Amino acid sequence: MLGPVDYALLFAGFAAHVLALVCLLRKRIIAQHFTLILYLGFSIAVGIGRCSIIKTAGFTSNAYLYFYFYSEALTTICLYFVLMTLYAHVFSEMGVSKHVRVGAMLLLAGTAGISYHMVATSSDRLITHFVIELGQNLYFVGVLLTYLLWGAMVKLRENRTRLVQVVLSMGVYLSLFAGSYALGNLYPDLPVWRYLYPVINMWLPVSWTYTFLKVPEDARIATARVLAPNR
Amino acid sequence: MIAALILGISILTLLQFLVSYSRSLIAASRGHELSEQTREICGFSGQTVTPDQFERLQQLIALCPEPGGDSIEIRAVALYFRLVGFANLVLGWAFPSAAPWIEGERGGCAHAAAVVLDRRIAYSRMMMAEQANH
Repeated sequence: MLGPVDYALLFAGFAAHVLALVCLLRKRIIAQHFTLILYLGFSIAVGIGRCSIIKTAGFTSNAYLYFYFYSEALTTICLYFVLMTLYAHVFSEMGVSKHVRVGAMLLLAGTAGISYHMVATSSDRLITHFVIELGQNLYFVGVLLTYLLWGAMVKLRENRTRLVQVVLSMGVYLSLFAGSYALGNLYPDLPVWRYLYPVINMWLPVSWTYTFLKVPEDARIATARVLAPNR
Repeated sequence: MIAALILGISILTLLQFLVSYSRSLIAASRGHELSEQTREICGFSGQTVTPDQFERLQQLIALCPEPGGDSIEIRAVALYFRLVGFANLVLGWAFPSAAPWIEGERGGCAHAAAVVLDRRIAYSRMMMAEQANH
């Protein structure tokens, strides 16, 4: 049974995604950041889907559980597309975007394959275990990809503030989710997950709204300033 | 085993990304020189703003009219300031060598708050000058 806090968090997450989508559309950056808009649009659709399943089948139903984890896996795949676009932006001058796309697709397929293998070889071959395992592994590979991208940006002295903030916010989000999925695997019965996931879910739309509203497109930042401690 | 490994690595990357992200928010203010007027109002004697002045700066910011949309910025800085303060409280005894780093981060937040105040004071002065002209 959902309480007022659950409903408030659901609504706040939905509102944050809608606000971010409106902000990005108003900034007319559809061509430049299409995958960000795709991710936000997909997340909104997932939010609507979850609400309708809660209404029809209930929060504790198997239908909701399946829908939750499968939609989560699909949303993470959308995040991979966002990451691919960010890679393409960073390496745009080198003309390697095709290689990046192929590499990311192979990695995605590999992660799904490894997750399936891990569950298939375990004693209880439940499909729900596969999707939770897949979610954890997808987020973790996302963390590694973002870390690699951030390392490349530092090396190449990338100075576009918007790009820097979007990549770092992705890193925070993916690390938070990978960590909480792993912790959820270790301690599945903690009641905190019910509230923690919706709160983490708000991070990306909130940080993107801030970046695209407050940081001008031509703003530049030295990566050394981000890496060096404040004096 | 794998979940524990993923958890450990995720915590490390989270810390690095979060610190870098917060620094990217306050980086723009680092090169900003504070005006004499702001220094006088805040009672700054040295060249650098110290972390213990952060609360007072926040109170002064709240007194000034907002030039348009910097409240999110100051909230983000305040959040990072408290987060680093919390880290100091939790980790300070275990890693005493981290204290200068924590002080530096909190000082950076205080400087960012002082820059916001500087902008607001300049905006208030401009508004008063406009009213005096009418």
